[in-house]
Amino acid sequence: MELLNSINDKPEAKTQVMEKTSVAPRHIKVKFLFAGLAGLVVWYVVYRQLLPFSQYLTYNIFGLTPESHLGEAVEFFVYDTPKVLMLLTLVVFGVGIIRTFFTPEKTRALLAGKRESAGNVLAAMLGIVTPFCSCSAVPLFLGFVTAGVPLGVTFSFLIAAPMVNEIALVLLYGLLGWKVAALYLGTGLLLAIIAGWAIGRLGMEKHMEDWVLDLRADGGAIIEESLTLQDRIKKGGEAVKDIVGKVWIYVIAGIAVGAAIHGYVPENFMASIMGKDAWWTVPAAVLVGIPMYSNAAGIVPVIHALLGKGAALGTVLAFMMSVIALSLPEAVILRKVLKPQLIATFIGVVGIGILLVGYLFNLII
Amino acid sequence: MKILVLGPGCPKCTEAEKIVKTALQEVEVEASVGKISDFQEIAKLGVFSTPAVVIDGEVKCVGKVPSKSEVIGWLTI
Repeated sequence: MELLNSINDKPEAKTQVMEKTSVAPRHIKVKFLFAGLAGLVVWYVVYRQLLPFSQYLTYNIFGLTPESHLGEAVEFFVYDTPKVLMLLTLVVFGVGIIRTFFTPEKTRALLAGKRESAGNVLAAMLGIVTPFCSCSAVPLFLGFVTAGVPLGVTFSFLIAAPMVNEIALVLLYGLLGWKVAALYLGTGLLLAIIAGWAIGRLGMEKHMEDWVLDLRADGGAIIEESLTLQDRIKKGGEAVKDIVGKVWIYVIAGIAVGAAIHGYVPENFMASIMGKDAWWTVPAAVLVGIPMYSNAAGIVPVIHALLGKGAALGTVLAFMMSVIALSLPEAVILRKVLKPQLIATFIGVVGIGILLVGYLFNLII
Repeated sequence: MKILVLGPGCPKCTEAEKIVKTALQEVEVEASVGKISDFQEIAKLGVFSTPAVVIDGEVKCVGKVPSKSEVIGWLTI
């Protein structure tokens, strides 16, 4: 309190202090670096202990019988929950820092005037790192189009941004291993690139609402911020608070459902329903996925459990992509700027792409 | 002074509006706070990412929730 008063008494002193911290002198940077490294080491050590700890807790403390239904379900839950949440925290923090280097405005400037094919590739990749929430899809769409980004390139971005994101990749990596995560990343990007390119080829520009075409074309307001390293780290922390604070409940619910399936659903039960032999499962998975709206955080643990019971990887990935990339609420929002033909084309092209991904994986794996 | 908060009505936009209002209470400035949620109106102001804050026709921030001290800074200049 005394400190506060003395600062208030001398306004000059206060501004001096502010200036000092904003230029980040070297010793503060070094301190940040050490704190970061120490944090990483602690994170790693704790992470390595999760499996033995979960087994100890389940079988020694709770006294459950190994191999029993309840035991398997509890072990699954006690192991996966902290594991996924820890991975999520680390990656969201890292991506949060990376995202401070990208803004929708910068992405738009990068994409304006790009040729279609190269533009589609760039747009899909920028979709991963550009901060973007689904409710700003429409303003973002308008900004892209008025800045002269081709329609197909804009769609590549709009498809990739929700589908290929750090949360989906972390969960796939944490629960299903790096191969599935890499497959998802690769096919997700490819799908966004090709679907966007196809929509561009179809010449759908006239199916945007008329007022969109009348908008002024000066690219809109851009406010540049210069950030110090500390600002960026702080933003990473905010991203963790924001994203992990919001999705943890979905993660836990998803893992709980996954644990129940893991413990109680008989082995190979899913093989008959979601196995690769039934050709109709992939289209059914896509159709069921469209009206379902969930984020990656909730859906991956369920998928994990389905796969463990004999569901085919292609079918399951198609289901996941359909749930995340095609959602009814998003279509309703986009209706404000797109005419129904264009929305139908968007859902059709992306849906067919997902179907192909599903069949492809069922065929080769 | 005329303050406009632009956003379709997602949690972030509501938060931006709340912060603007609390900031207004702290500084003694006469101002009206309005909310624009129509995409067409937002785009006409030249804003393509939300939430955004516009004061007397000048765009002050786009694509993020401003902090209270930022808002106070805009209000008191």
